[in-house]
Amino acid sequence: MAQRIHGGIKPSEITPEGAFFGRRELLKAAVAAGLVGAMSDPGEAATIPPNGAFENLKKWPGSGDAKPNSYEDITTYNNYYEFGTSKSDPSKNAGTLKTKPWSIQVTGEAEKLGTLTLEDILKPHDLEERIYRLRCVEGWSVVIPWVGFPLGDLLKRFEPTSKAKYVQFFTLADRDQMPGVRSRTLEWPYREGLRIDEAMNPLALVAVGLYGKVLPNQNGAPIRVVLPWKYGFKSAKSIVRIHFTEEQPKTSWNMAAPDEYGFYSNVNPKVNHPRWSQATERRLGPGLFAAKTATQMFNGYAEQVASLYTGLDLVKNY
Amino acid sequence: MTRRVAFIKVLVWGACLAPFALLVLRANGIWSLSLGANPVQEVLHVCGKTTLNLLLLTLCITPIRRSTGINRLIAFRRLLGLFAFFYLVLHFLVYLFLDRAMEWGTIVDDVAERPYITVGFAALLMMIPLAATSTNALQRRLGRNWARLHRLVYAIAVLGVVHFWWQVKLDVAEPLLYAVLLTVLLGVRVNHWRETTKKRRRASVDAKTSMAPTYQRVEPP
Repeated sequence: MAQRIHGGIKPSEITPEGAFFGRRELLKAAVAAGLVGAMSDPGEAATIPPNGAFENLKKWPGSGDAKPNSYEDITTYNNYYEFGTSKSDPSKNAGTLKTKPWSIQVTGEAEKLGTLTLEDILKPHDLEERIYRLRCVEGWSVVIPWVGFPLGDLLKRFEPTSKAKYVQFFTLADRDQMPGVRSRTLEWPYREGLRIDEAMNPLALVAVGLYGKVLPNQNGAPIRVVLPWKYGFKSAKSIVRIHFTEEQPKTSWNMAAPDEYGFYSNVNPKVNHPRWSQATERRLGPGLFAAKTATQMFNGYAEQVASLYTGLDLVKNY
Repeated sequence: MTRRVAFIKVLVWGACLAPFALLVLRANGIWSLSLGANPVQEVLHVCGKTTLNLLLLTLCITPIRRSTGINRLIAFRRLLGLFAFFYLVLHFLVYLFLDRAMEWGTIVDDVAERPYITVGFAALLMMIPLAATSTNALQRRLGRNWARLHRLVYAIAVLGVVHFWWQVKLDVAEPLLYAVLLTVLLGVRVNHWRETTKKRRRASVDAKTSMAPTYQRVEPP
């Protein structure tokens, strides 16, 4: 009777509530501590669940200990002029962005040209969480825990030829989905570019998520690049085309104001914007009284990328 | 001051303090209001724009007086002007303490090397004597020179709009709107000055050429 109340299970066999709910945290901690191999939590699918949350992300060892900004700040303070020029516009207006189905066209100096769906793009890669600093040319910065994989791994699949000295990225520019595209604020479609060796640097990231969830529309859904050693506008969002080229490609901000925004746009405290100083930056978040901090060369990633620029005059090549 | 003017002044005080009150509410997260992810920048912008708004309002007073004859409006000009100065000082203090953290070296650099800050700082400096001479006593003491000194408000307004324009990254829509409004307000002033100069010239010509006796009633300038 007392022993049979719970359908054949003895009371002593019932896991205490605390231990049951704590089981997942325990497992995560164990994985983090390397005690257990990274294995799926029993009972959860290996693919992206409908709620858009990534599972089993590898943790990139270079993330450091900078505390990421809040999800709220990262997703409500954005520059995405296709949805409006004020910082709050993208989160208000980007609901009309259609991220499914999505494909990327690959053109130019490469062997494997064509169009790939987002699923085909992601399939062969392992997703990891990388915590990167992002420094905007305007003088503010955030820390974002991205989900993605190295850009070089993606580009290699297309087998760029020896003529491919640069790679150019194009953002979606659809007048129906994006109200800002109806005005000529910038040269649409938004285009950005890198030298091929910059793109192949292990730090260059293809991002599909942040904070363990799929990218919100205002952050460049469904797929974007992240180049943490350059000013934020270089990290093009919502990529629809990758173009390998022999000539240095045109980039939208350089077209809008050539003496203010250069091709390289490496974070550099010694090279000022013509109208404002780049010597300091404001880390967003902590409130009204947070002091400004000194900008770091290459946004603090000098160790990983400085070698790309030996011998290059970074004042001329801003 | 009539009771009606006093009552309206209370309302105007309230309207002028409202932007400040809203900033305080937002800074403290009251009623789920916030300053957003970049609070210092937001406070700078709100204070700067409120300064410009109030400056433009003060420049509206005389044109409206002249066209409607409601001379009482002059009672509000000093109030609006001093509140414009209040928000300008706030704007500058936020820049000084929260943006530059009192690093005087960088501030000197900014004023010397960033044109938009040079003009902003110039506007601030020009507004100080205007605020300082805003009392009735000083207005009386300075006499004619008071009006001459306070014409600096035109330069201050222009520099303020230029400061805003040069600070904007790409989207000049807002500073453009301010520029248009300011151009209209200044244009009305220029027009009036041209009309009165014409009248003055005409009056003196009449006095010289008429056959009337030498004693002549001359139009006040």
